[in-house]
Amino acid sequence: MSVDTVSLTGWGRTSPTAALRFRPRTYEEAAAVVRGRGPRGVVARGLGRAHGDAAQNAGGSVLDMTALDRIRSVDAVAGTVVCDAGVSLRRLLATLLPLGWFLPVTPATGHVTVGGAIGSDVHGRNHRTAGSFARHVRSLELLTADGEVRTVLPGTDLFGATLGGLGLTGVVLSATLGLRPVTTSLMSVDTARAADLDGVLARLAACGDGTPYAAAWIDLLARGRSTGRGVVTRGEHVPLDALPAHARRTALTFRPGPVPSARALVPEGLLGRAPTALLNELRHRGTPAVRTRQPQRIPAFFHPLDSAPGWSRGRGRAGSVQYQFTVGHGQEETLHRIVRQLTVRRCPAFHAVLKRFGESGPGWLSFPAPGWTLSFGLPAGLPGLARLLDVLDEEVAAAGGRVCLAKDARLRPGLLAAMYPRLPEFRALRGELDPEGAFRSDLSRRLVL
Amino acid sequence: MKDAFGAPQSLLVLGGTSEIGLATARRLIARRTRTVRLAGRPSPALERAAAELRELGADVRTVPFDALDSASHEEVLGKIFTEGDIDMVLLAFGVLGDQARDEEEPLSAVRVAQTNYTGAVSAGLVCAGALQAQGHGSLVVLSAAAGERARRADFIYGSSKAGLDVFAQGLGDALHGTGVHVMVVRPGFVRSRMTAGREEAPLATTPGAVADAIVTGLRRRSETVWVPGALRVVMSALRHVPRPLFRRLPVR
Ligand SMILES: Cc1cc2nc3c(=O)[nH]c(=O)nc-3n(C[C@H](O)[C@H](O)[C@H](O)COP(=O)(O)OP(=O)(O)OC[C@H]3O[C@@H](n4cnc5c(N)ncnc54)[C@H](O)[C@@H]3O)c2cc1C
Ligand SMILES: NC(=O)c1ccc[n+]([C@@H]2O[C@H](COP(=O)([O-])OP(=O)(O)OC[C@H]3O[C@@H](n4cnc5c(N)ncnc54)[C@H](OP(=O)(O)O)[C@@H]3O)[C@@H](O)[C@H]2O)c1
Repeated sequence: MSVDTVSLTGWGRTSPTAALRFRPRTYEEAAAVVRGRGPRGVVARGLGRAHGDAAQNAGGSVLDMTALDRIRSVDAVAGTVVCDAGVSLRRLLATLLPLGWFLPVTPATGHVTVGGAIGSDVHGRNHRTAGSFARHVRSLELLTADGEVRTVLPGTDLFGATLGGLGLTGVVLSATLGLRPVTTSLMSVDTARAADLDGVLARLAACGDGTPYAAAWIDLLARGRSTGRGVVTRGEHVPLDALPAHARRTALTFRPGPVPSARALVPEGLLGRAPTALLNELRHRGTPAVRTRQPQRIPAFFHPLDSAPGWSRGRGRAGSVQYQFTVGHGQEETLHRIVRQLTVRRCPAFHAVLKRFGESGPGWLSFPAPGWTLSFGLPAGLPGLARLLDVLDEEVAAAGGRVCLAKDARLRPGLLAAMYPRLPEFRALRGELDPEGAFRSDLSRRLVL
Repeated sequence: MKDAFGAPQSLLVLGGTSEIGLATARRLIARRTRTVRLAGRPSPALERAAAELRELGADVRTVPFDALDSASHEEVLGKIFTEGDIDMVLLAFGVLGDQARDEEEPLSAVRVAQTNYTGAVSAGLVCAGALQAQGHGSLVVLSAAAGERARRADFIYGSSKAGLDVFAQGLGDALHGTGVHVMVVRPGFVRSRMTAGREEAPLATTPGAVADAIVTGLRRRSETVWVPGALRVVMSALRHVPRPLFRRLPVR
């Protein structure tokens, strides 16, 4: 097990703090770290893709789980996989796809660990039909504050607290996941332009169960009648019989994504308003009004940014902030107001994505709830941003919505209880299971979780 | 914890009645600050300052602290950190002295030096150690433009700030990568109690403007902040003026 003192941040590179980082290679080593923790506690960390401070622990210990990365077994008949928490979803996909299995839920990057996907209870573009990650976790092994390992099953309180629990109930060591069958590694993709926000909402709302994956890119710099215009992308898995005979033999090959398009290589947040607006214009106009049945490889469809070089993440010295919120159906007016506020202020937002959520899952602090969700990034150095986001928080909370904690780095603690009604249960369970507060993170300190 | 914009939730002001310190505290309470500790020499003014910040909704307590009593710093300041994390320490105490009298009375000059420099060294080191142990936090040090170049009118004060400035810069480098951020703030002439009755220098500013610059500096994680910003250029030019010429400049 390697140990070092490091300064850590989330993917947004804001608020660096120092911690003792342990990289266990066995479950026993991980348990030893939890038992021997110092007064400032410990938290698990995967690939550090959470944007905010969820996976850091100032002055305490951080368990880097990425060396616990064995795929233990695949049941190719029942469609389940047992793997360590440090395995990345990308590696799981590369292993499972040739066997005809696919992860039922995958976020917009493959570089997240199974532990991180559980800790944040991640969602994909198919939340409406597939739910969040929690729905597909059959069981997990959780290392708790007493240094013991518990098997946690769906339907229990500990499961509810752990899925989306941001590593605060313990360290997930391994998990059994249910899979979905696929017959090819191709997607059939439709794109359609929408002239304004209502157009985008209508197109997303029109997606039936036949097109499980749907999301829209929104141009947050377009003003006037074009406010909220965007491009809606929908996808479905291509069935084997849709392929020409010669392609069927290699139908399931996993090929990493192609070199990303020039646009993806441009670090949008580093550009000023005018170039971003120009890029958005090109992107919008460059999309045909409607295009159907474009074949795309799975990595290109699901993780388009993963092959972009690392520097495209750095958004200047101050880093970047991600904001993702959800509001229920019927709260479209709030969505409109928020989009208007962003466009009026000419915020150079990047990666603005609008999706629809389906039913909530079992996770007590899980983010997805039925309705709409909008996410975007902004350079943290943008003057006035702190106040603007505070205003958005109020709007979201007033509409009965919530912001995503895995992305958060700045929420006012006072709003948490309104956004997450099951917070008292979460706190009570933690108080019982972990009275000394062994599991702590910068996020848990900041939000008094 | 500080948020993504560097706004602290808990604040310790060393020099609890400092006008710049209190202007900064007010700004930060309007953002995320909930806990404030005002460390200073016990006085009605200190209690009034605490009461005023409490009105704004913060949990405020005063802590007896004397910059000149370096031997007590470890205990007095160390205790504050045992009660909970401090996200930001603002080192705001300082005295301007009276140049003419200080030249006459070396012991009073030494008090200026001891307050602004050695007092800051011991208090700064104690806080830096505590911040390092908690793995995060900002130490904001109020230096002064006067420390950049010796001036006839205030070189005793200036030299103490020069010492403090170099100390804080070095501390910032030493703490790089430890999660602790040290920010050196160099205001020019600030219209506060400290300068009351003195002739204003060019580019004079206000405690509120210094506070704003501190908030912006926290967001940017700046290492050096000049207030007003134009001083950066002015002072870097002045630094290179030959001494015979500088002596004749009217910049006091
Ligand atoms: C480009 C990009 C796109 C993204 N797209 C999406 C998306 O579409 N949908 C979505 O939901 N999210 C998305 N995210 C967020 C990301 O999926 C989550 O933050 C995820 O948790 C990151 O996983 P990680 O392995 O990097 O975990 P980290 O960031 O290291 O940790 C995240 C949280 O999980 C906890 N954790 C990690 N490992 C364990 C473990 N073994 N046991 C217990 N707790 C653990 C940590 O304590 C922390 O609270 C995206 C992020 C990026 C950078
Ligand atoms: N004003 C300017 O023009 C200017 C310009 C550049 C830099 N600065 C620096 O900015 C800082 C704050 O200045 P300000 O304008 O806010 O002045 P201020 O209102 O006079 O504040 C000075 C503070 O220092 C405290 N202090 C002095 N001696 C002390 C001691 N021995 N122990 C503990 N505290 C002591 C004072 O406390 P008491 O109430 O107990 O006296 C007061 O709180 C100072 O370091 C100053 O040098 C000021």
